[in-house]
Amino acid sequence: MFVRGLKRKCFDGEEDIEGTLAGIKAIPSYNLQRQSLLDMSLVKLQLCHMLVEPNLCRSVLIANTVRQIQEEMTQDGTWQMINTQSTGQASLDRLVSTDILCRSSREQAEEKHVPSYGTFNKDFEGDQGQDSSETMSTASSVQAPRNFQSNVWEMENPQENKGNFQKSLDQIFETLENKSPNSVEDLFSEVDNSYYDLDTMLTGMMSNTKMGHCDGLETFSSPTNTASSSNCKSDLNELDHIVEILVES
Amino acid sequence: ADIISTVEFNYSGDLLATGDKGGRVVIFQREQENKSRPFSRGEYNVYSTFQSHEPEFDYLKSLEIEEKINKIRWLPQQNAAHFLLSTNDKTIKLWKISERDKRAEGYNLKDEDGRLRDPVRIKELRVPTLKPMDLMVEASPRRIFANAHTYHINSISVNSDYATYLSADDLRINLWHLEITNRSFNIVDIKPANMEELTEVITAAEFHPQQCNVFVYSSSKGTIRLCDMRSSALCDRHSKFFEEPEDPSSRSFFSEIISSISDVKFSHNGRYMMTRDYLSVKVWDLNMENRPVETYQVHEYLRSKLCSLYENDCIFDKFECCWNGLDSTIMTGSYNNFFRMFDRNTRRDTTLEASRESSKSRAILKPRKVCTGGKRKKDEISVDSLDFNKKILHTAWHPTENFIAVAATNNLYLFQDKVN
Repeated sequence: MFVRGLKRKCFDGEEDIEGTLAGIKAIPSYNLQRQSLLDMSLVKLQLCHMLVEPNLCRSVLIANTVRQIQEEMTQDGTWQMINTQSTGQASLDRLVSTDILCRSSREQAEEKHVPSYGTFNKDFEGDQGQDSSETMSTASSVQAPRNFQSNVWEMENPQENKGNFQKSLDQIFETLENKSPNSVEDLFSEVDNSYYDLDTMLTGMMSNTKMGHCDGLETFSSPTNTASSSNCKSDLNELDHIVEILVES
Repeated sequence: ADIISTVEFNYSGDLLATGDKGGRVVIFQREQENKSRPFSRGEYNVYSTFQSHEPEFDYLKSLEIEEKINKIRWLPQQNAAHFLLSTNDKTIKLWKISERDKRAEGYNLKDEDGRLRDPVRIKELRVPTLKPMDLMVEASPRRIFANAHTYHINSISVNSDYATYLSADDLRINLWHLEITNRSFNIVDIKPANMEELTEVITAAEFHPQQCNVFVYSSSKGTIRLCDMRSSALCDRHSKFFEEPEDPSSRSFFSEIISSISDVKFSHNGRYMMTRDYLSVKVWDLNMENRPVETYQVHEYLRSKLCSLYENDCIFDKFECCWNGLDSTIMTGSYNNFFRMFDRNTRRDTTLEASRESSKSRAILKPRKVCTGGKRKKDEISVDSLDFNKKILHTAWHPTENFIAVAATNNLYLFQDKVN
């Protein structure tokens, strides 16, 4: 159930790294773990069962955590989307021990700073961010902070169509705010399968990683372990499709 | 048996009420002194059981309303009957618990079994007499306070005027009069105009034990606000604001979550209040707002495990805390069915376990210890072996004697001081 210790992970994306950084065997970087915590938080917000009204205090605390991570990532400048070759590889690498996140900032300062690899943030991560925005928008009681959403959208298309995206996003928020949960499901009925695929994919990936220290990951793993690295790409294309539908609606 | 969700002694300590997840209330009564059984005093036996709340369905939102009893608060006894308030997420009920140990016999107009007698047959008049019967304890709902809370009720607190009480949900606090069910006054409202801006919720609230115009409420950001109802009708502006400055060196992504206060309790003498957050219990002097006067670590060894505890949701567990009658000792629960006691004078703390194996009747509890690192000594338990499904969230201390009630999931344990 507990994190037993830090596992060292070697990044295979070395070819993308600047020469000075090549050869560094990095412990799971703070950024990766932070991303992992962000994903976990988004899944938590998403997994609010709609039978009974979800606990507002818990939702607010998780949303605050997400906001905190997002703010830090924005400051760091790590909120970038960059193409890469192996999305599957990226997915495994990102889900690393999150023990380091539990340490205080003082402890982290004492450790050797792992440089944040801008090039490491892959296309998948970018899509992940988008999908996260969808999953967040379906959170039952607490709406995701708008600037978090707009950040994601902005990074996607920095120059063009910024206004359009923001407008579409606002529309989605309004719709969700006004309608009952049943209507929300109607809104997503077209993309229903993909919605669950996202869920399965996230949980499937989490159970795929052998180095999941947090035994609590067991609670997330779905019985049908459908997701694997090779499926990720096809799922991603589906998700792209969903995103398009949502934006145009 | 269902999971116990609240435990509360009444003002005299003779009655102990428990509420459970299934909406039931079970009341235990203390045995009277009995010469033939010298040790029987101190035993609590079931006095009354009744279904307080039923599950409901909110058709407007298509959501279930749980019947789980969140809190029970007793009213001080004013006549032969006992009164208590019990609440679920949405509705508060005032219950009257009364005894019946006599019944009338010899009615003129009806038979012993209740059937009406034919008036023609009545030849003589008699006076009904009261005959003893087996004790029957009846519980009846006297008031139902409904439809005043949009969010989930987390606290109720009876005022020292014994005429009013407050109920608090995630965003609002309402003031009620015990006699009036169709109206309540909103005294705190922290709902933002735009729900997207919501970052803080109310987690607990309580009236001051002596000053009927003062109450406090705690928040998910680790702050406590003390409000005076004399200053304005809506107490959105606090009179006092209690917050401990954060230690910047120990900041992590989980700092806010573990600072969220799960319970706040005034001391019996009304000079202090105690707050429980995830890892510690803090005692505050009501006259000092910038920091607590005492801080006790409940299970500091969990600080390095916060990530796992966030993952399995344990980090959101809401532990309660309580004072003993003299305000000299405080008690709170932990995991693995452990509960902790802190003596404020000697600064000594004890860890005890509430489990069947370690709690044979009349046996003295052995202190437990959690091994935090290095070599594990005999009898110690390592952090990784702790069972996080066995959590003690609810405890209660007898108002005057050293008698405690500890709820461990669906079992209730009663312990008393061995000195007695």
